[in-house]
Amino acid sequence: MDAIIPLVKITVFPGFLFLAVYGMFLQWVDRKLCATMQNRMGPPWFQPIADFIKLLAKEVIIPDEADNVMFRVLPFFAMAAVMTALFSIPVWGTAMFSFQGDLIAVIYLLTIPTVTFFLAGWSSKSPYATVGSMRVLTQLFAYEVPLMLSLIGPAILAGSWNITEISAFFAARPSLIPAQLLGFLAAIIALQGKLERLPFDIPHAKNEIAGGQFTEYSGRLLNFFLLAVDMELVVGAALLNAVFLGGALGLTGAAAIGLFLAKTLAITFLLALLKVLMARIRIEQMINFCWKYLAPVAMAQVLFDIFLKYKIG
Amino acid sequence: MSKITIPFGPQHVALKEPENFMLVLEGEQITGSTINLGYNHRGMEKAAEGRTYIQDLYLIERVCGICSHSHTTCYITNVEELAKCETPKRALAIRTLVAELERVHSHLLWIGVAGYEMGFETLFMYTWRDREQVLDCLELLSGNRVHYSINTIGGVRRDVSAEQKAEVMKRINYLVERTNYYIKLATEEPTVLARTQNVGKLPKNVAIERNAVGPTARASGIISDVRKDDPYLIYGELDFKAISHDTCDVFGRLVVRALELVESYKIIKQVLNNLPEGPIAVKVPMRIAPGEAVNHYEAPRGEDIHYLKSNGTDKPERLKVRAPTLANLQSVSYMLEGGWMADVPLVIAAIDPCMSCTDRAVVWDPKKGKKQTYGWEELRKLAIEQYRRRGVDFTRL
Amino acid sequence: MKKPARVFSEVIKHLFKKPATCGYPFEKAHIFPNFRGRIAFESDKCIGCQMCVRVCPAKAIEIPLSAEQPAAPAPVEGQPAVPAKKKFDCIMKLDHCVYCAQCVETCPKKALIMTQDFELSSVNRKDLRRHYK
Repeated sequence: MDAIIPLVKITVFPGFLFLAVYGMFLQWVDRKLCATMQNRMGPPWFQPIADFIKLLAKEVIIPDEADNVMFRVLPFFAMAAVMTALFSIPVWGTAMFSFQGDLIAVIYLLTIPTVTFFLAGWSSKSPYATVGSMRVLTQLFAYEVPLMLSLIGPAILAGSWNITEISAFFAARPSLIPAQLLGFLAAIIALQGKLERLPFDIPHAKNEIAGGQFTEYSGRLLNFFLLAVDMELVVGAALLNAVFLGGALGLTGAAAIGLFLAKTLAITFLLALLKVLMARIRIEQMINFCWKYLAPVAMAQVLFDIFLKYKIG
Repeated sequence: MSKITIPFGPQHVALKEPENFMLVLEGEQITGSTINLGYNHRGMEKAAEGRTYIQDLYLIERVCGICSHSHTTCYITNVEELAKCETPKRALAIRTLVAELERVHSHLLWIGVAGYEMGFETLFMYTWRDREQVLDCLELLSGNRVHYSINTIGGVRRDVSAEQKAEVMKRINYLVERTNYYIKLATEEPTVLARTQNVGKLPKNVAIERNAVGPTARASGIISDVRKDDPYLIYGELDFKAISHDTCDVFGRLVVRALELVESYKIIKQVLNNLPEGPIAVKVPMRIAPGEAVNHYEAPRGEDIHYLKSNGTDKPERLKVRAPTLANLQSVSYMLEGGWMADVPLVIAAIDPCMSCTDRAVVWDPKKGKKQTYGWEELRKLAIEQYRRRGVDFTRL
Repeated sequence: MKKPARVFSEVIKHLFKKPATCGYPFEKAHIFPNFRGRIAFESDKCIGCQMCVRVCPAKAIEIPLSAEQPAAPAPVEGQPAVPAKKKFDCIMKLDHCVYCAQCVETCPKKALIMTQDFELSSVNRKDLRRHYK
């Protein structure tokens, strides 16, 4: 019996199944919101599921030039890394596996999908995929530092590297949440880059390099990559929720679940808003923006948090 | 860094029509490019020789979907010149009206496409939604959204009634308001500026050297607009400005097109308010007197040139179309050089290419029933054969 | 002058607006009264002059003689016998037709009529060859 509960937690709730279903739901919410804001209708609610089933039924084509094993394994690698990251994030209450320093572990785990995107593009050996994977890596160096810096701020303030403890700290002192606004905004923008969405969808900018790093992927393998991206959206939103917004705010049961859904939906709304407001920028402009504006903003937040910590004592 | 060559087209997301650009990349920067045409030739000029003048009208309309009125008007001006027919004033005014509505529709389409190519999907969705209004105007006036078929030899086919005029006016007033918003949006949104400024530079002297036409040339500071330089239809009596801009980049082309929209609204209102009375068409005999005519026309994409030779029958002897894209393509490779890979779709889109207009070589062998590509030597031999059969000997040349 | 997120107000406004697109197959598009759609044919007006066939740019029309011809009107005494009016069919190849409606304009007896019918697509090619009697 003792073994079954963690197993259910990992596979069903709040593990793999929940992550996949909620990821698809958030994808739909994102698409629907964008469509409404662009005065369109948008897809029906079952569109992500229909897409998923359709892609599962499609043939998998692997280019002759590509590295066969790498090509097949990478999508699952990306998905596994994202799923593992969720285990340390408190969806509500405490996280499944909480330990000191899991913030660092989560950041590290969230980097793995990006690296698999790079490897996927690189191992498919087509010109578009090669350009796309080079862009993935270049972009990684642009947004990773602001994202980390902005996440460090709350950690310093809470005096802990444990995500559950950080969220408990903010839940106990809700007045400190608005003080994290700058860091939160920087993190939202960096997350947009991490999720490779407009205006930072440079690695797979469809008008420039077709499918980017996923150009050669098809069928099931592409499906799992896309699912990994959807899951990354949930994990990213949950991470920001836990680190900046105080997680469940001390609530339990259905209220905590409701709060989690509301806050992740709000974060998705902000991400969707960013998507419709801007044109895609060039890779060198993105690096400029991230290092000239985003990183200093995140750094300012860190300094402010150190100051605040000193004040509170 | 090693160089990689990337094929851009003939099938590519950014290109709506088949053409091929071979890009030599050094990292993200372009060091060279080759443009290959010829994926979309339909043998239209040859087909025109086998049809009567009135049938050709509908064929020529299909040279291009977006500037369908431009091509027919240019063609029909030639026919009417050869037939020495006096086209009624009202017909000319209605042609001008449709021409300007077409320019509005084409430019709004372009702004949407530019927005899409720079990844600004909201701009794309909004402009295309508003473009529906002008398409509705065209459907109302002519009976179709894209192939208006309003021209006929000797005049136009449909009159404009008072209700139609009121309906068009209403929609144009809405569009004026929306266009002013888009002009503000495009010139103030920092990401749009970041993507368009100093991209696809085409200095004035190069633009002249490479024979750029239309908005591409006007954005490089060359004031060339057939409507002003050599007024046709009733443009000579209308009050409007020739727009130009001197930033020589994609931003300039965006501004030129946006401001031209405003001028077009002005023209539409003027024409609608002062429609001359009278018949809308005169009868023209089926047979056109022998002769030759050349005319040019300011299509939304630039100067469109038609040459027509008649031989006294009801079918033309030779028709030649020089579409504006062919003139503008020469400057694309210059604009791409040294630029970023990310800007390629935008730079190509900035000339508003229409490859279907441009490709017109015949490489179809009906006897064998298969396609064949002719080299230069073979084409020359074929041409000499063809003319020898007509009694002209070119072998000594 | 740069204003970041210039479309913001417009985008938020649209959150509360109905979509501009319409769910086409369920909701019909608005068609203006003089839209050029499918060409219809009235056999009793046709005199078989073949003008439409000659003018059609897409060679989409055929005007054959009908299989069943009406009987000649009963001869009136004292007058020469009137020959029967010939009856014609019209074969309209919708896959060839470019919907320019030039035939409607050319027809001297107005036997061809323009309709606003535009939903003509079909998976069966035979459906596109309409035989009007």
